[in-house]
Amino acid sequence: MSFTFVLGALIILTVAGFYMGRSRSLADAGGTAQRLHSRPHYYGYFVALWCGIPTLLILGVWTMFQTPIIEMLVQNSLPETMLNGDPAEMSLIMNDIRNLASGNITSGEITPQIQAAADHYVSLNTTSSLAKFVVILAIGIAAIAFARSKINPALRARNQVEKTMMAILIVCSVIAILTTVGIVMSLVFESWRFFEKVSPAEFLFGLEWSPQTALRSDQVGASGAFGAIPLFAGTMLISLVAMCVAGPVGLLSAIYMAEYAPTKVRGAVKPALEVLAGIPTVVYGFFAALTVAPFLRDQGTMFGLDISSESALAAGLVMGIMIIPFVSSLSDDVINAVPQSLREGSLGLGATKSETIKRVILPAALPGIVGSFMLAISRAIGETMIVVMAAGLGANLTANPLEAVTTVTVQIVTLLVGDQEFDSAKTLAAFALGLVLFCVTLCLNIIAMAVVNKYREQYD
Amino acid sequence: MGEVNMNNAVEVTAPVASSDAARETKFHTRGVQVFYGEKQALFDVDLDIYENEVTALIGPSGCGKSTYLRTLNRMNDTIDICRVKGAIELDGTDIYSGSIDVVHLRARVGMVFQKPNPFPKSIYENIAYGPRIHGIATSKDDIDRIVEESLIKASLWEEVKDRLDEPGTGLSGGQQQRLCIARAIAVQPEVILMDEPCSALDPIATARIEELIDELRDNFTIVIVTHSMQQAARVSQRTAFFHLGDLVEVGETGKIFTTPQDQRTQDYITGRFG
Amino acid sequence: MTDAVMTEMQSSNQTRRERAANASEAVRRGLKKRYAAEARFRAYGIGAVGIALACIVVLFTTIISSGLPAFTETTITLNVELKQEDIDPEGTRDASTLINANYRKLVFDTLRAEFPDVTKRRDKRALTAILSSGAAYQVQQAVVEDPSLIGQTVTFELPVSADFDLYEKGVINKKTAEADRRVSDQQMAWFDTLEERGLIETGFNTTFFTHADSREPELAGILGATMGSLFTMLVTLALSFPIGVCAAVYLEEFAPKNRLTQIIEVNINNLAAVPSIVFGLLGLAVFINFFGLPRSAPLVGGMVLALMTLPTIIIASRAALKAVPPSIREAALGLGASRMQVVTHHVLPLAMPGILTGTIIGMAQALGETAPLLMIGMVAFIVDIPGGITDPATVLPVQVYLWADSPERAFVARTSAAIMILLTFLIFMNALAVVLRKKFERRW
Repeated sequence: MSFTFVLGALIILTVAGFYMGRSRSLADAGGTAQRLHSRPHYYGYFVALWCGIPTLLILGVWTMFQTPIIEMLVQNSLPETMLNGDPAEMSLIMNDIRNLASGNITSGEITPQIQAAADHYVSLNTTSSLAKFVVILAIGIAAIAFARSKINPALRARNQVEKTMMAILIVCSVIAILTTVGIVMSLVFESWRFFEKVSPAEFLFGLEWSPQTALRSDQVGASGAFGAIPLFAGTMLISLVAMCVAGPVGLLSAIYMAEYAPTKVRGAVKPALEVLAGIPTVVYGFFAALTVAPFLRDQGTMFGLDISSESALAAGLVMGIMIIPFVSSLSDDVINAVPQSLREGSLGLGATKSETIKRVILPAALPGIVGSFMLAISRAIGETMIVVMAAGLGANLTANPLEAVTTVTVQIVTLLVGDQEFDSAKTLAAFALGLVLFCVTLCLNIIAMAVVNKYREQYD
Repeated sequence: MGEVNMNNAVEVTAPVASSDAARETKFHTRGVQVFYGEKQALFDVDLDIYENEVTALIGPSGCGKSTYLRTLNRMNDTIDICRVKGAIELDGTDIYSGSIDVVHLRARVGMVFQKPNPFPKSIYENIAYGPRIHGIATSKDDIDRIVEESLIKASLWEEVKDRLDEPGTGLSGGQQQRLCIARAIAVQPEVILMDEPCSALDPIATARIEELIDELRDNFTIVIVTHSMQQAARVSQRTAFFHLGDLVEVGETGKIFTTPQDQRTQDYITGRFG
Repeated sequence: MTDAVMTEMQSSNQTRRERAANASEAVRRGLKKRYAAEARFRAYGIGAVGIALACIVVLFTTIISSGLPAFTETTITLNVELKQEDIDPEGTRDASTLINANYRKLVFDTLRAEFPDVTKRRDKRALTAILSSGAAYQVQQAVVEDPSLIGQTVTFELPVSADFDLYEKGVINKKTAEADRRVSDQQMAWFDTLEERGLIETGFNTTFFTHADSREPELAGILGATMGSLFTMLVTLALSFPIGVCAAVYLEEFAPKNRLTQIIEVNINNLAAVPSIVFGLLGLAVFINFFGLPRSAPLVGGMVLALMTLPTIIIASRAALKAVPPSIREAALGLGASRMQVVTHHVLPLAMPGILTGTIIGMAQALGETAPLLMIGMVAFIVDIPGGITDPATVLPVQVYLWADSPERAFVARTSAAIMILLTFLIFMNALAVVLRKKFERRW
């Protein structure tokens, strides 16, 4: 009984419930809808909701928890001899069982115990799926029968349906909060486990980053170092280069667009800049790695400079290009929010346009511009694909943009892509980095939004 | 400083009947037409504005009086679709010809707007702005002097002399408008254009501005747009009545309000429309 | 009026005039410099806009010029003699026999027959390197599909290997020293001979649009990634659209102005600015490790992207709802409609174009997103075209990333071509949003 099949059956059942409810209400009212409290289709919705909501919920929860529960059962049913308490070995065994059950190739030898467990796994899965289908169908039919029996002309079906809809709306709004909670919980929880292995002080202030931990515990000299300062420095260096490009270019083009450009030019250039914003970051990454980095390296050789082919400069430049539309559209909004009366006041005194802009408009818009720059920085810090494709992997503590540096996001990707064990410090380190990234960008955003909002209020 | 102050005070208490003196023409405008895109907003306006007197432009809303005012220092240039035709001469030179620069023109013809629009800077910086950009004063002392003089002339000095560092936006509406007048004076213009300067103010603040306008008349040529006939009668020596883009009638304020020549003027001042 | 006062007055008037004249003179003196500054400042602005536009032009020309070659492929026409004794000596026509026959040798022999004078083992191997490893597979497919071909001589258009495809397109040429290129002078000579005999042809690259990923550039296509993107987007849309609209309706139409709704609002604004990779971490920790959902599946990818696009859709939908004037709500309420009826009958339909525009823009964002999908394992090398939302799959941007990382030179063109396809989808979606906005834009 696949998920899709059960879902399909459920939808058919719910639609059937709607028609049954509607016809029942009309029958009760002797065929005249006027005698009913609500319009007949509300009785239909009433029955459909009674059937659909509980069954969908059960289906969702069941599907979510089916795998973890079955795995727990299988694990507990394994013979004592195999449960020697080593979690790493346990996960290997479970992996074999899973692969065997789904007909894939297993890594180890198949012992009879594992074969038995796999059979057990398959049978549990089948039973569970079948039970799920039967239970859900039964509950659905029972709910329809119950709801149908409640229908009479005096039933306030519309009010009940609307109340339920309202509850659904509220649940949907709460999902946004749940997402944040989910992010914070997963980051904090995994980071906690990481900090049990590596002290927060070492992580936050350590100068050496080499997350390769030993494959075997008796290996020498490969304990791994988790000092994230080089990553923070690398992130800041690349963001700085990016802002050096995006800041002036974005701000000046915003000024030109808002103050100088004729309507026609504005109408053509603004969408063009938005095109830059719509290009996926992986495209920028490809552009940086394929075109910009080799170009810079060749230019560097010409001038006798040694520019790494994964230089912070190349990644930063391209990231800057990506952020230009971000800075320019935010600054454009901010500049346009400066009241026209200030412009007229300054022009009326005989100031030139550039004097008006430099001495009146920009100072007036300064908080908003600062806010938009902060949002842009937060964007640069969190940007992943460009640096993954164009920046280096080696943690290099330097302020020279011609050298290769690595960033927080690059390391998260490197640590998590490919097969991983979920317990090693190496994997958990990615979550600690994610936590830092989340906190920093969150702070930047909150401050920036507060600044911009305050600025907006000033001119409302 | 004190002496300058005294001189001003003497001037103020000695009103001049401008009609008695030989009047010099400041602005000489003939056949002024203004278009916003396809729409014509002014039709052939011929009007002279004389030195050292207050000329009031009145008329119902949308009659073109503000549009006309804004042609006098080319503020209409800031609107993309606006075109101006006709001859507008300041001291005998056409301001729309190439020989007068718009920045220079606006330094000579200052403007005060409908809504007080102080810059979001300190009171001091608001006034120092004009002299600084124009290079009229460069030393700190000169600027200090201009700021004080301008505030005195705008009769705001006593109220703000202890808080020149505070933002201009923190003043009351009437004070803000006087600050804007002081800001215009600081550039030492010859003409000050005022576009309904009191429409956003309460009666008491309005009365102070009107007093101030009367005082300023001795030093500056003033053109004021107003929607209030009483205000025109109180502050101006000459009044021009605009209607639907036409200049209907212009003359001594007293005459316009007592014996208008045109039926439309008559209807307007007696309140038949407006 | 006394004479004294008159004199005083006149002299004062005199000084005022002088001062005005002085000021006027000062202004005149400064004008030239100020206008120069004005022109400079304006030039900076034009320069900045120019730089931004130049970036777009450079970006697009780079991608298009390096991507265009990928849309053609080079084939070699060979008359392969499908001998009974080579394929099915016992004549059983058994499926497994047909599949397991040595087609490689068959096509290689056919090619070698073109150059009978090549006898050395090494040369022979160098010669057959012209053929793609997919050539044998193509012959095998044809035979399995139609066993009656056995015993005939069939003309096949077989793919050449990527290096020779590049040689044909001029990317690899004799300018490079022989040691530095992957095609030797001898191989070039053979290839040129084949071309003289009219056996080499260049045509539209259908492989690229009908295959999934492959280790061999000439056999790699984007259909797998496109299907993966399609399934992922379906999941994203199915989750984020209803949830987003419901949340927006609640917050805009029903929510009381209290602390909780305020928190939700701030929260949504902040979520919109959380780096996308953090959503990937969430997906990895919650969906995969906690709930045990399958890795690399469009289902999980779609769920992660749905959470990511949700704020965009909510914010756009709220703006659209806000734009519906209150008078319409009042009119409906005045006729006795309930608040829920007002929303479902009047406000939502009127706000729908705006909501759809926001949704399309959110979906376009999700379509181009890569980072969070790397976290949940959609970066795997997958040769099968996915058939559902739980099959392992990759998506277009991840495919771009994978190919960009490949060392083979032939993948550069394919990467650019995949980007062009991706951008085409995005441009189409954005154009749709613009059209929708233009068509239904209403000024109240």
